[in-house]
Amino acid sequence: MAVRGANIRRAVTSDHVVGWAFASPAVLLIVVFGLIPIVWSALLSFQKTNLLSPAHWVGLANYRALPKDPLFEQSMVHSAIYTVLFVPFSVAGGLLTAVALNRPLRGIRIYRTAVFVPVVVSTIATVIIFLWVFDPNFGLANWLLGKVGLGPFAFFTSSNGALYSIVAMTVWGWIGFNVIVYLAALQGIPRELVEAAEIDGAGALGIFRNVTLPLLGPVTLFLVVWSSINALQLFDEVYLATNGGPGTATYVPVFYLYKLAFQGGIAGYAAAIAYVLFAVILVLTIVQLMVGKRMVHYAP
Amino acid sequence: MSEIQTIELAERAAEGPAAEPKGGRFLFSSWHLVLIPIAVVMVIPLVWMVITSLQTLDQTRHYPPSLVPTSMQVRNYTDVLQQAPFARWFVNTLVVTLACVAGNLLFCSLAGYAFARIRFFGRELAFILILATLMVPFQVVIIPTFLIVRSLHLIDTLGALILPNLAGAFGIFMLRQFFRTLPVELEEAARIDGASRLGILFKIVLPLSGPALATLAVITFMWTWNDFLWPLITIYNPNNMTIQLGLATFQGAHQTNTNLRMAAHVMSMLPVLLLFFFAQRYFIRGIATTGLKG
Repeated sequence: MAVRGANIRRAVTSDHVVGWAFASPAVLLIVVFGLIPIVWSALLSFQKTNLLSPAHWVGLANYRALPKDPLFEQSMVHSAIYTVLFVPFSVAGGLLTAVALNRPLRGIRIYRTAVFVPVVVSTIATVIIFLWVFDPNFGLANWLLGKVGLGPFAFFTSSNGALYSIVAMTVWGWIGFNVIVYLAALQGIPRELVEAAEIDGAGALGIFRNVTLPLLGPVTLFLVVWSSINALQLFDEVYLATNGGPGTATYVPVFYLYKLAFQGGIAGYAAAIAYVLFAVILVLTIVQLMVGKRMVHYAP
Repeated sequence: MSEIQTIELAERAAEGPAAEPKGGRFLFSSWHLVLIPIAVVMVIPLVWMVITSLQTLDQTRHYPPSLVPTSMQVRNYTDVLQQAPFARWFVNTLVVTLACVAGNLLFCSLAGYAFARIRFFGRELAFILILATLMVPFQVVIIPTFLIVRSLHLIDTLGALILPNLAGAFGIFMLRQFFRTLPVELEEAARIDGASRLGILFKIVLPLSGPALATLAVITFMWTWNDFLWPLITIYNPNNMTIQLGLATFQGAHQTNTNLRMAAHVMSMLPVLLLFFFAQRYFIRGIATTGLKG
């Protein structure tokens, strides 16, 4: 008995050691490059610093300055407009495309690959492609729109159109992701449910509205939350396509904080913007989840 | 929805309602009328990119734009290779990407296994803290992360791109969930036979985890290959740039030569595109389970 007890104790002790030995390389990396920066960033937002000379504490001054900053306000407004357009277009568009793709047709693999490919195209390649497609003089978009009597448009180079051009470009790049998620969920819908509705005499549209759509509720909620988070964090596309311009027409919060911290040397204020953005994202996510909880019914 | 369910669903999406109708059914479905325009809109920008990359400069400045390749100027590609340190960027990106893939596979496997199977002191707390980093957007931590990397004297080296990305919360979480679905009896039998934890991980658990490891590898590859913001902040010397960052500078330097720019970007996309075509199901599973997009 005594020997067995000692063995077990040794095994348990070695579990602590082995467990930490296994976990520690990853844990160390995540602490240094993940957790410490979260806390540090919070501290930075209460400081005045240019990342070079020593920082000093300014209390809430950075946060108090935000409401008086017209460029910050503009960035938030642009971000709101962008999110309100991007999320419905990419989620509803993704749903309709997924429904169309979810059937055994000849050549369905080709259609699906066509829809998925933009997902793996890097942001910069996407931007380069759309700068060209939306080129005011030689671009495909103006030529095609001209055929139906529209335009010509200046797209990225007009202060009115630049933000909407970014919406169009990012919807193209993201919609495939939403399609993938919806397609996965559509294939999880039990065949019997649809058949039962058919027997009850429901039409295709009725089945979609009363069977498919409610069952896709949880996935839709996930996609709305996830697309909103990504929309509010927009940066790469703005930096590469318009650099915030023309003028400040496409300034968004992350672009503004990048400018402040890495080109303006105003890191404390930039950190405050980052935390405000984080708070906005958090609150929006919680609200979406709460509203979703009332509207979405999970399968038993 | 549990992680495992999502993985199963994603698996189904990857497989598809794949069954294309067998035999010679030539019934034309009206769904084609919906799908053809969608597919065209998605693909045309890419096709036009390739066409432009093969044109002469004069042809790119022609209106109306030509959707049919009017020339095959392959020289654009060789010109690009001479004008920019393209090969250098390519190698840099490959080194960074492979290092990050290898690091994630190794460190996330070790940590994921520990969190899944070994009871050690502080396990729950450590796991919750790791998950917490998944919820904070990268932009929030970017300034301090830059300062930490700078204090390690890694700015403007490939180390700045590799070290912070050698392990990630996502990989640990995904592998932990996967390992927990494996039958524990196999491991217990091996332990009674005196196998060490390390031996069990490498000889029993990992060989059973092929799909999960492949998904992690493919997603890490895509994410690292396409990353832009972090290299933009940490790399200044053109010799140390990744392909995405290098091409962004190239774009500025050769604003007018659209055909060369397109050729450069077609080349930069090739590795990820090839990987996509050969490992489509792992991509799709990874994307569906994580929501990561490069």
